[in-house]
Amino acid sequence: MRHTISVLVENTFGAFDRVATMFSAKGFNIHSISIGETEQKDISRMTIVTSGDVQLIDQIVKQLNRLIDTIKVTELTGQARTERELALITVSLQKSGIEEIKNINDIFRGKIVDINNKTMMLEITGPPEKIDAIINVLMPFGIIEMARSGTVALKRGEQIRPQNEYINKK
Amino acid sequence: MNNKKQMMTGADIFFESLRLEGVEKIFGYPGGATIKLYEKLYDIDFLEHILTRHEQGATHAAEGYARVTGKPGVVLVTSGPGATNTVTGIADAYMDSIPLVVFTGQVPSKLIGNDAFQEADIVGITRPITKHNFLVRDVKDLASVIRKAFFIASTGRPGPVLVDLPKDVIAAQCEYEYPESIEIRGYKPTLNGNINQIKKAVEVIKKAKRPLLYVGGGVLMSNASKELTEFARKNNIPVTNTLLGLGSFPGIDPLFIGMLGMHGTYYANQAVNNCDVLIAVGARFDDRVTGNTETFASNAYKIHIDIDPTAIDKNVIVDLPIVGDAKIILTELLAELSDKPREDEWWDQIDKWKTACPLEYVRPDNKLRTQYVIERISEKTKGEAIIVSDVGQHQMWVAQYYKFNNPNSHVCSGGLGTMGFSVPASIGAAFGIKDRPIVSINGDGGFQMNIQELTTAVYHKLPIKFFIMNNGFLGMVRQWQELFHEEKYSFTDLRESNPNFTALGEAFGIESFSTDSPEEVDGILDKVFAIKDRPTLVEFKVAKEDLVFPMVPSGGTITDMILKRLNPKRMII
Ligand SMILES: Cc1ncc(C[n+]2csc(CCOP(=O)(O)OP(=O)(O)O)c2C)c(N)n1
Ligand SMILES: [Mg+2]
Repeated sequence: MRHTISVLVENTFGAFDRVATMFSAKGFNIHSISIGETEQKDISRMTIVTSGDVQLIDQIVKQLNRLIDTIKVTELTGQARTERELALITVSLQKSGIEEIKNINDIFRGKIVDINNKTMMLEITGPPEKIDAIINVLMPFGIIEMARSGTVALKRGEQIRPQNEYINKK
Repeated sequence: MNNKKQMMTGADIFFESLRLEGVEKIFGYPGGATIKLYEKLYDIDFLEHILTRHEQGATHAAEGYARVTGKPGVVLVTSGPGATNTVTGIADAYMDSIPLVVFTGQVPSKLIGNDAFQEADIVGITRPITKHNFLVRDVKDLASVIRKAFFIASTGRPGPVLVDLPKDVIAAQCEYEYPESIEIRGYKPTLNGNINQIKKAVEVIKKAKRPLLYVGGGVLMSNASKELTEFARKNNIPVTNTLLGLGSFPGIDPLFIGMLGMHGTYYANQAVNNCDVLIAVGARFDDRVTGNTETFASNAYKIHIDIDPTAIDKNVIVDLPIVGDAKIILTELLAELSDKPREDEWWDQIDKWKTACPLEYVRPDNKLRTQYVIERISEKTKGEAIIVSDVGQHQMWVAQYYKFNNPNSHVCSGGLGTMGFSVPASIGAAFGIKDRPIVSINGDGGFQMNIQELTTAVYHKLPIKFFIMNNGFLGMVRQWQELFHEEKYSFTDLRESNPNFTALGEAFGIESFSTDSPEEVDGILDKVFAIKDRPTLVEFKVAKEDLVFPMVPSGGTITDMILKRLNPKRMII
C-alpha cells in the first residue's frame, strides 16, 4: 500500500542525501520524493511516497526519525491531508487535432503552456491519481516527453503551532 | 586558554576542543592534509597520540579502547587513502554501536570536487556507516561540530561519527568561543522507559512460569551489568547472552546458560524456544541469534528493552516494547519486582537439557584443540582477563569456553565480523586498561590481516598476549564447506602458505613460543602471563579438523541444530 510521509529536515548540506542513502541502504521503496523550503528558512520539507505493509512503514518512520538531520516525521496516510503533484506533458499533435487535446485538458482543468504545429505542452496539477489518469488518456495520442514533480502534501486543518514546535519534538 | 573570544586557528581550536572533551588518547597516522594538526600535536602534552601502522589499525584500536573504557575512541587520519582506510573500522563500529569520533583531513575547500590530489568524498562514502558525519566548511563551526560529534557518538545508541576537516579550515583563524551547550533539535534519545509499559512488564514477569533474559551489548553500553545481575538473581531468571553481551552477566553464575544463537548452547536455544516470557535487553534480534524468525521464541510473550526505537519490531514483532536506557529501566523493574521465587519446573527442564547436551568437545586423540586452550586461559586468568578475539572458529570457542567475570572484558567484531580486528583492537584495549591481562586471540588467517600493528604493540611495550590458533585453515569457512558445500575446500587451506609465526614474531621483536602439545599449554601460559612489560606471542598448533558445535544452520531452527559431527570419518582430512 502507498504511504505518504512528510519529513521536516535541517536545511543543510547532505540532509537530503542522508535520507536517500538510508532508503537505498535499507532497501525501502521510493515512489517519489520531493524537497523544498518551508516557512522557516533553516528547515526543509521532504514528502516521500513509499509503499509497504504496516510493519515496514513503521520501520521506515523510525529509521527516518533516527537520522540526526530529521526534525519531525509524520505519516500522512490515514490522516486528513491534501496531496498535490504537478506534471508537464508534451503531447504529439500528429494523431489528433488541437481541439481533441484541448478538450481533454479542459476536463482535467490543465493549462496549455506551449504549443506549435507538432506538439502541445500541458500543465496539470492535482492528486497523483489525477495525473495518472490524464497520462492514461493522453497515451494513445503520443506523449513525447513528460516530467512529474513528485507529490507534496500537507496535513489539513493544521492548527496554529507554537513558535518552537520543532524543538524537542522527538 | 579559557578566556572567551580569543583569536585562534582551526588547529588550536581542534586540540582545545579535544581537551575539553576529556580526550586522552588519539589513534592516528599523519599526512599532507593533517600536517598542520600534527605540527600542533608536537607540543601538546595533555593527550597521547598513538601512531598505528595503518589507518584501519587506528580505527580498530580506537574501537578496542572504546569497548573497554566506555569512552569514545578518537581517530585522526589524513585525506584520501588515509580516510578510505578507516572505512572498515567505521563500518565495524557502526554495526556494533561503538562510540568513535573519526577526524579525517580533507583537501582545501576550494579544491573539493576537483579530483584534487588525495581527495576522496569520505563524507559521502561513510554516510551509510556512520551515526552522523560532518564536513566543516567554516572554522567558526569547528568547535560546535566537535562538541556535537562527541555528543552524538556517545549518547543514545552509540556509534561512529566522522568529521571531515578541509586543510584551509584547519589553518584559518576565528574568534574562539567554547559552546557551553549544544542543541540538536533532531536528536533527543529517549532514556526513561514508559512507566505504563514498565508496569505491564512487571505484571507479565510476575506471572511467568518460564521466564528468560536474552541480553545483548546494550547492557554493557548503558553500564547496567550490576542492575541486570541483581535483577536476574532476585527474580531467579536464567540469563543467555548474545556474542556482544558476554561479560554483562558473570559466566560462572548458576543462572547463566551461555550464549544463544547459531553457535549457542543447546540449552540456551531450547530455553528460548520454550520460555513463556522472553525479556530482551539491549539486543537486536540479529539473524545469527534468531535463525528462522518465524519460530524464534514463538511461544513467548516478548518484552523488548532497547534505546533504539528502530530495533523494536525490526526482525521479530514483540508484545511489549520499552524504549529507553537499560540501566534506568532495569532499575525501575528491580524496584517493582525483586522476589520472584525460583520456578522449579522450569529449572529442572533446563538442567535436563544441560545434562542431555552439555557444552563439550570431543578429544578422540591427544591433539591440541582451541577449546582446550581457551579453557586453560579462562582458568589461569580466573575470568578476569580482557579477551579480544578475531573472527572465525576460535572466536566462537572463546564465546563458548571463556567464563567472563566482568563487563567490558570481551572485545570482538560481532556485527561486521571483521577479520584482522583483534591485533589492533587489543592494542586499543591495552591503552584503555592497564591492570588486567589482555589477550588477543587470532586465527592463522585473520592474524595476517593487520599484522603490521605488532610494531605498535612492541614500540609501546604493551603486555598483550598475541595468541594464534593455527589450524592451517580459514577454519570457519572450511567448516561451512564441509557441512554445506560438498567438502570442496576451495581456497581455505593455508597450510602450504602460512608463514613461520614464531620467526615472524621475533622479527617484530616479540618473544615467541609455539606448541602442539596439550601438556605444554599451562607452562607456556604461566610464562607469558608473568611477562608484564612487553608483548608476547604464542602459536598454538591446533587440530585442523575441529568444527564449532552446536550449530544451527543459517536461517534454521532449534530442530535443525547440529550437535556433533555425524560422520566420524570426516575427522581426518
Ligand atoms: C575481512 C574478512 N574477510 C573474509 C571473512 C570471511 N571469513 C569469516 S571466518 C573466516 C576464516 C577465518 O580463518 P582464521 O582466521 O584462520 O580463523 P579460524 O576460523 O580458522 O579460527 C573467513 C575467511 C571475514 N569475516 N572478514
Ligand atoms: Mg585458521
